Amino acid sequence: MITELGHYALILALATALVQSLVPLIGAQRGDAGMMAVGPMAANISFVLVAFSFLTLTYAYVISDFSLLNVVENSHSMKPMIYKITGVWGNHEGSMLLWVLILVIFSTLVATFGRNLPDTLRANVLSVQAWITVAFLLFILLTSNPFIRLSNAPAEGNDLNPILQDLGLAIHPPLLYLGYVGFSISFSFAAAALIEGRLDAAWARWVRPWTLVAWTFLTAGIAMGSYWAYYELGWGGWWFWDPVENASFMPWLAGTALLHSALVMEKREALKVWTVLLSILTFSFSLLGTFLVRSGVLTSVHAFATDPTRGVFILGILALFIGGAFTLFGLRAGALRTGGLFAPISREGALVLNNLFLTTATATVFVGTLYPLLLEATTGTKISVGAPFFNLTFGPLMIPLMIAVPFGPLLAWKRGDLMGATQRLYAAIGISLVVGLVIMALTSDEPVLAAAGMALGVFVILGALTDIVQRAGIGRLPASTAWARFKGLPRSAFGTAFAHAGLGVTMIGVVAASVYSTEHVSAMRAGDTVDAGGYTVRFDGITDVQGPNYTAKSAAFIVSKGGAEVARVASAKRFYPARQMPTTEAGILTFGASQLYIALGDFQSNGTLVVRVWWKSWVTFIWYGTVLMMIGGALSLSDRRLRIGAPRKAARPAKQAEAVA
Amino acid sequence: MNRKQKRLSIIAAGAIFLAGAAALVMSALSDQIVFFSSPTDIHTKAVSPNTRIRLGGLVEEGTVERGEGADVTFAVTDTNDSVKVTYNGILPDLFREGQGVVAEGIYDPSSQIFTADTILAKHDENYMPKEVADALKAQGVWQEGEEAMGKAAAN
Repeated sequence: MITELGHYALILALATALVQSLVPLIGAQRGDAGMMAVGPMAANISFVLVAFSFLTLTYAYVISDFSLLNVVENSHSMKPMIYKITGVWGNHEGSMLLWVLILVIFSTLVATFGRNLPDTLRANVLSVQAWITVAFLLFILLTSNPFIRLSNAPAEGNDLNPILQDLGLAIHPPLLYLGYVGFSISFSFAAAALIEGRLDAAWARWVRPWTLVAWTFLTAGIAMGSYWAYYELGWGGWWFWDPVENASFMPWLAGTALLHSALVMEKREALKVWTVLLSILTFSFSLLGTFLVRSGVLTSVHAFATDPTRGVFILGILALFIGGAFTLFGLRAGALRTGGLFAPISREGALVLNNLFLTTATATVFVGTLYPLLLEATTGTKISVGAPFFNLTFGPLMIPLMIAVPFGPLLAWKRGDLMGATQRLYAAIGISLVVGLVIMALTSDEPVLAAAGMALGVFVILGALTDIVQRAGIGRLPASTAWARFKGLPRSAFGTAFAHAGLGVTMIGVVAASVYSTEHVSAMRAGDTVDAGGYTVRFDGITDVQGPNYTAKSAAFIVSKGGAEVARVASAKRFYPARQMPTTEAGILTFGASQLYIALGDFQSNGTLVVRVWWKSWVTFIWYGTVLMMIGGALSLSDRRLRIGAPRKAARPAKQAEAVA
Repeated sequence: MNRKQKRLSIIAAGAIFLAGAAALVMSALSDQIVFFSSPTDIHTKAVSPNTRIRLGGLVEEGTVERGEGADVTFAVTDTNDSVKVTYNGILPDLFREGQGVVAEGIYDPSSQIFTADTILAKHDENYMPKEVADALKAQGVWQEGEEAMGKAAAN
């Protein structure tokens, strides 16, 4: 009964979204305040309805209601409660419902915090949001309904795919979707601005916090997914350039570009048209990612062809929204006045450079992801485009970008002084060169390029520090003055520094883990040892373990250094009978920034066990860097000038801009 | 520079970027992509000994032999033809006789042995690597009904 109510609520949400998609829009055209006021109300009602619907599905999972097809396919009565709950979005139907839930959460946030937006802008934004809601609610109700009942309920379910029964993966999709779907706001703002034909710096000021929120969550989601793949799949890899990963990476790259171009627009009223275009592009990549992951096209082009309903439906949504937005853009972009002038060497120039690199990098990832699909669909030739392709295309684009990163914040707006910026970076350049040379000397048999990469990472970190030091005048002014200036720096300055330093930290992790890691595969008996990263790993025997819904063989290892025991770690192979599926539970120990990673292979007939021991040099830096980036995002967001909802102050310049326009 | 020149120079810079990126992509695509072959393809089409290829099919029943340490040999079959594969390393969790597999590496036509450096078996019991499924369908071995829609792991 409760699930029927949930199903019904979802249909009501569709009806509400339909109202919201038209009434406020018409109201904005006519200047009818009553009609425009429908927008926030409808957004809040949609949110309540979809949230209720989501809760009923969760309830069905919690009580293991096996009369629901979706629960049977993805749950099991013996499954731990936490995975019963997270199992709600561990499948296609449930994850689409989560997608829509997050979409309506963002709409209701705009309705709530956007009180000081101009009424027409808010009405248009909410209508555009509702178009997206309508499209995806239709998709769920027509092709992916999680509320389908079975006439003969089985006694037990099929269980959730065991590799998804993990806390990391439990919170990965919500974070990722908060990012993906968060970009719908910048899209809706862009579409609303095009509909109104008005675009000013105040617009950028409203769009930027939303973009920042989405970007910060997307960063968290991608980092979480990467760490999950690292420890759960037992391959020791943290990024595979898999199409599913690229699907989330493309909106991240485009979103990063958008953050930077919106900055130019906000401060200097330049790059307006480009910022609108990027807003549309970024959300288009989110939609493309949803299509790639949700249509089944990646799993099998054939499956897509035999059961095309879902794929074609999302493809339709994709075509409608991207096509529609670009048509609107084509019609209206000419009418948008372009803004301030700037010299090529300037803060704006640096941000344009950033945008060129990032969008080009996005394009290479796009080609590498879609080319194999396209080739197979048209000619039937099957190819795989893997890491070598991306290393050769994406890599060369990132290196000059990383070199440029520290210079950007040191250049003045409008007209910058490259020599001056370089002089202020002398210390950073000097230290990173020394670091590079030392690494080169210490690792003479490793590629020189790796040492250069490490030095570049150090340069980016020091460059970020330099900006703060210079702005506060540390070392140049008396300590007390410098401290006062340091405290007085806007939060966004620290945000920039954290995010840029995080980039450098991640780069160091990526280079070190790729080049300086070691791998030892050997067949071991109890008592055998392997040396890795200066530690000795001794295999201490196997025990059988009985878990709630699995059985496991767990191998104990004793790690010692110089004869003294340092740590013990278990590495296991689990077997989940419900799905007849084994998983690897790697044993991971962290030493400083590096990790010792032990994964089990097969049991040999002669009684030995194949064990793979990795020494992953500095690997944790990859994720520490992303944490710094998230902190950077949060700091920028907390900047007074950007606080969502706060800008009573921002409302005034908007009115002025209106008057001018 | 006036506004028009400025816009032109930005467009020109963008065009140079795109051209450079296009050149990178084209060269990488011509060198770095890996083609997929079935065992039948390997024997009927000439495969040059230095190109990386992906070999896909089923692990032939009764052919998996473990050697010294982590050495393993097995045969990959598309039921029509089969190729012997050698590999040193840990096999994926879902590697089993009779199951679909994709091996990436180099084929030596003189010894007729495929030396794999990567073995892929996706982490979903329902999931047959799509190249394998298609190749098997081409051989008529694969029944439509068996095809479980592989679930893209909640990413």
